[in-house]
Amino acid sequence: MYSEKVMEHFSNPKNVGEIEDADGIGEVGNPTCGDMMTIYIKVDDGKLTDVKFKTFGCAAAIATSSMITEMALGKTIEEALEISRDDVAESLDGLPPVKLHCSNLAADGLHAAIEDYLNKSKSN
Amino acid sequence: MAKIYMDNSATTKPDPEVVSAMLPYLNEYFGNASSLHSFGQEAAEALNRSRQQVADLLGAQPDEIIFTSGGTESDNLALKGTAYLKKNAGKHIITSVVEHPAILDTCRNLQKNGFKVTYIPVDDQGLIDPHDVEDAIIDDTILISIMHANNEIGTIQPIEDISRLAHEKGVLVHTDAVQSIGKIPVNVDDLGVDMLSLSAHKIHGPKGVGALFVRKGTRLETLVHGGGHERGKRSGTENIPGIVGLAKAAELAGQRLEKDASHLANLRDAAITKILGSIPESYLNGHPTQRLPNNVHFRFSYVEGESLLIMLNMKGVAVSTGSACSSKSLEPSHVLSALGIPSEQIHGSLRITLGRANTMDEVDYVVENLVETVTKLRAMSPITPKN
Ligand SMILES: Cc1ncc(COP(=O)(O)O)c(C=O)c1O
Ligand code: FES
Repeated sequence: MYSEKVMEHFSNPKNVGEIEDADGIGEVGNPTCGDMMTIYIKVDDGKLTDVKFKTFGCAAAIATSSMITEMALGKTIEEALEISRDDVAESLDGLPPVKLHCSNLAADGLHAAIEDYLNKSKSN
Repeated sequence: MAKIYMDNSATTKPDPEVVSAMLPYLNEYFGNASSLHSFGQEAAEALNRSRQQVADLLGAQPDEIIFTSGGTESDNLALKGTAYLKKNAGKHIITSVVEHPAILDTCRNLQKNGFKVTYIPVDDQGLIDPHDVEDAIIDDTILISIMHANNEIGTIQPIEDISRLAHEKGVLVHTDAVQSIGKIPVNVDDLGVDMLSLSAHKIHGPKGVGALFVRKGTRLETLVHGGGHERGKRSGTENIPGIVGLAKAAELAGQRLEKDASHLANLRDAAITKILGSIPESYLNGHPTQRLPNNVHFRFSYVEGESLLIMLNMKGVAVSTGSACSSKSLEPSHVLSALGIPSEQIHGSLRITLGRANTMDEVDYVVENLVETVTKLRAMSPITPKN
């Protein structure tokens, strides 16, 4: 049911964990099936220098989390904000239709972490 | 790599004896049981013999057995067949919230067609109180359908008591015994039921064949019309190879019941003890004792069942889960919800259903890999508490 790419990221997820002194944290829940994801980012000079995740969810949710951290790493804030749900699914060679909502979780999580960073830097 | 099948409530591996019993009916004995020539008569004899074997397993008479395409059709026939026949006598049916979709969806369809259905709740271990069933009976009640054993959590219902109370009030009783056959004794007189569904592929037989026991004197409206097969109850040229396979599987289930049940219970109890002892925050779902001997059903906090299942599959272990993520509808299991388990806990549910061929070494391997997998997923989960 899952592509090889999904299975690769699921069995060997990249960038699992937390960033102690994260510059932005995005916590999102999936209203469809009730799962959860937290994305941590470190920003330096407008670029994402570290991205980590923790996910409670299905294999697709874990694979999309791993995928998006890889996609976002090294990108500028602006570039990272442009990564869409579809981009994540595409990079994984597609997801089964019922699992497409799981890629929302990853994109939303990343965007929420960036938002959090932008809000924090505004208030500083 | 290991290849361990522990999803025997989904389906079972056909027994080699079943396969060899079926083969001649796919090869030389291909006749139509309605034909008068020798080809037809060989098929008709096999059909009669099979009907006797299935009846013997249940303590029934051969003319009380209707062959069907499986558990789903048997359940449909019992419910719709009774409802349509008795619609002028009454339009109320009683069932439970933990039934298989073959019952629940049929009930919803009957509701659309003007019938009323009461869904009896269960306690937190999945048990139905027979008095709740009794209290739900009204003048309009025509049928009670309660499953013998649950396909997810393995809880065994007090069908004997339900039948007795129902019959005191003159109401018919059907039970879905698809999961209990071959694991605990199933005798239609002991259970006191008027109808009983079974399916071959859950007892090491082939898929797409089953039977409905209908007690003599109990009438049903026909759902599948045609050439009048199965005494007019279910038309269509009989699936002789499938029926022969079902009969062989039924015979073996009867012969091996005692040995199978004690072997399965041994493995089940070992698995439960080992899992409880080695995984913190693991909880057994279902009833501790009123439980099928092959059912091990757990929930593990902070992990999601589909991930768990796929990771175990990568280690060669086949099991199942009631997690919302693994269902087509993205809804959590209706059975686990009915027990009052919150949906985030249902996410972490895992069903291990043992079979005749499983061994203690396999149980050890599965528990070992389960511990490893749960630990790995918990480390990845944002809701695992930090200690
Ligand atoms: C309790 C119960 N009833 C009915 C069925 C349906 O049986 P079948 O697959 O033969 O249609 C199943 C199997 O999934 C079951 O577990
Ligand atoms: S996280 Fe629930 S279906 Fe993917």
